[in-house]
Amino acid sequence: MDMKNMREYMGWLYYQYLLITGIYVLEPWEQSIFNTVLFTMVAMVIYTSYVFVPIHVQLALEFFSELIRGQPESTEQTSQMK
Amino acid sequence: MIQTDEHHSCNGTLKSHSDQKQQENNNLKNGYHRNEKVQKNGKGDGFHQPRVRGEDSFEEAPLYVAVLTYMGYGIVILFGYFRDFLRAVGLEKCHQAREREEQKDFVPLYQDFENFYKRNLYMRVRDNWNRPICSLPGPVFDVMERVSDDYNWTFRLTGRTVENVINMGSYNYLGFAENNVDFLKTVAEETRQYGVGVCSTRQELGNLSIHEKLEQLVAEFLGVESAMAFGMGFATNSMNIPALVGKGCLILSDELNHTSLILGARLSGATIRVFKHNNMQSLEKMLKEAICSGQPRTHRVWKKILIMVEGIYSMEGSLVRLPEILALKKKYKAYLYLDEAHSIGAVGPTGRGVIEHFGVDPKEVDVLMGTFTKSFGAAGGYIAGKKELVDYLRSHSHSAVYATAMSPPVVEQIIRAIKCIMGYDGTTEGQRRVRQLAENTRYFRSRLKEMGFIIYGNQDSPVVPLLLYLPGKVGAFSRAMLKRKIGVVVVGFPATPITEARARFCVSAAHTREMLDKVLQSLDELGDDIRVKFSRHRRSYRPELYDETDFELDS
Repeated sequence: MDMKNMREYMGWLYYQYLLITGIYVLEPWEQSIFNTVLFTMVAMVIYTSYVFVPIHVQLALEFFSELIRGQPESTEQTSQMK
Repeated sequence: MIQTDEHHSCNGTLKSHSDQKQQENNNLKNGYHRNEKVQKNGKGDGFHQPRVRGEDSFEEAPLYVAVLTYMGYGIVILFGYFRDFLRAVGLEKCHQAREREEQKDFVPLYQDFENFYKRNLYMRVRDNWNRPICSLPGPVFDVMERVSDDYNWTFRLTGRTVENVINMGSYNYLGFAENNVDFLKTVAEETRQYGVGVCSTRQELGNLSIHEKLEQLVAEFLGVESAMAFGMGFATNSMNIPALVGKGCLILSDELNHTSLILGARLSGATIRVFKHNNMQSLEKMLKEAICSGQPRTHRVWKKILIMVEGIYSMEGSLVRLPEILALKKKYKAYLYLDEAHSIGAVGPTGRGVIEHFGVDPKEVDVLMGTFTKSFGAAGGYIAGKKELVDYLRSHSHSAVYATAMSPPVVEQIIRAIKCIMGYDGTTEGQRRVRQLAENTRYFRSRLKEMGFIIYGNQDSPVVPLLLYLPGKVGAFSRAMLKRKIGVVVVGFPATPITEARARFCVSAAHTREMLDKVLQSLDELGDDIRVKFSRHRRSYRPELYDETDFELDS
């Protein structure tokens, strides 16, 4: 029963997607083209975020933490020299 | 009551025949207009007072709806360009008209946005319009089923009919579109006497006695001196406005006026200025500017200033602000042309239109125009007003001089409808219908508002626009309603702004409470299924009213 409800719900969600984007009025092959393009773009976004975002975030964190650590070090050296 | 002898002594020199007039003047001098008021509104029930006009609602949708609407149109337009490219390259057959090969270097005929829109958007959802009907357009009707094999470029009828579809689209406000034999007896008799064709214009040999009867009856119904009837409602506007105004006159027309008014105004050659819909500040500003500056280059005085408004605007369902416009008209000495196409017979306590709804004297409006197509179940239009105006139009209007006269059965249908509304046929059927329409209107509108739809317009207007906004939902809505055996009219771009597509319901006096309940229930389900309940003022849900008087209460 739950599978049937799930499938009905997914069907209704797809119908909403068709209505909101306006694809509902298009012919089936045009709908397929749009779905393919949209799916490709979403897949590329997911791939990019999965592969590159952690590395970028890590690099940014290192850069900023070095800035903060770099300041106290230079003041320590000057006080020792005096 | 003051006696005439006392009159003589009070006023000194008095001629005997002017006694009556002096008495009336005395009433006026007292400042107490009570007697006059009873005379004016005497046709209605005793204690009729000018009604307070409810406010028009034009609720705006949430912002995400506007964004999604634009996005939807953008995507479909992109696909439209793609398909046009395929057609131009030759990969796809072009079903629509194209220029011939030899004319390719000429100025293009089919390039503007309207044609692009028609080819690429309208064609895809075209099956929701022009549906063939095979019964009379009463409260229920039969629709012929048709299918399309090539995505709405061509249709074929399957031969089956969908029966008893509830009709929420016909302008059948008082239910006079009926084929009841008893009601149509007089129509049959007149057809037997006069035939069907008139074969002449009113000016030549087409002025039948039945036309004279109709015009007298219309004048009496409206409470004016004289009226004239024409064969077509659209032609009444477009052919008579050029006879009333010409070059050197100014027309101030409302933003949302009907095409017939705009066409008539353009044909006349007068200067046209458009004021914002029902906005009195905009109208007053234009009147002031017109009177101060005069005509555009010469600064001469305008020959005439004509304000053109409609009683009910058919795409919004809003009522005109008649008392304010009359006040402005008197102050700036302009003329008023009131087009009561949708409001005659449909508003007002006895069905006499917006003039009665506001309790205004019909002699204050200069030109009253209306149509017989909507509330009277016939065809044609009328113009009513002072006798001099109507006599002038009889000889100077294009429609009166060149158009064929109205057909006798149609005239008799109008006569019997007016007699029914006025009560001259001896029954209260007409007044019952007017009251039924008012009740149906208020019930339908209030239930729709409660459910959470965005409805435009005044609470008393039987035209109910329900906003859908998104282009995909427009087609889905109409098809789903037909599947549930309810016929609705959906309207999109050229008739409405591009972001405000809507479904327009026309409530009728012939609809019973059960029919309206069925429609409301279907709308409720469909609204949740398609998600068009955009209103943010949703009131608390109340359970349906039952007919039984005793029922178990959960305590």
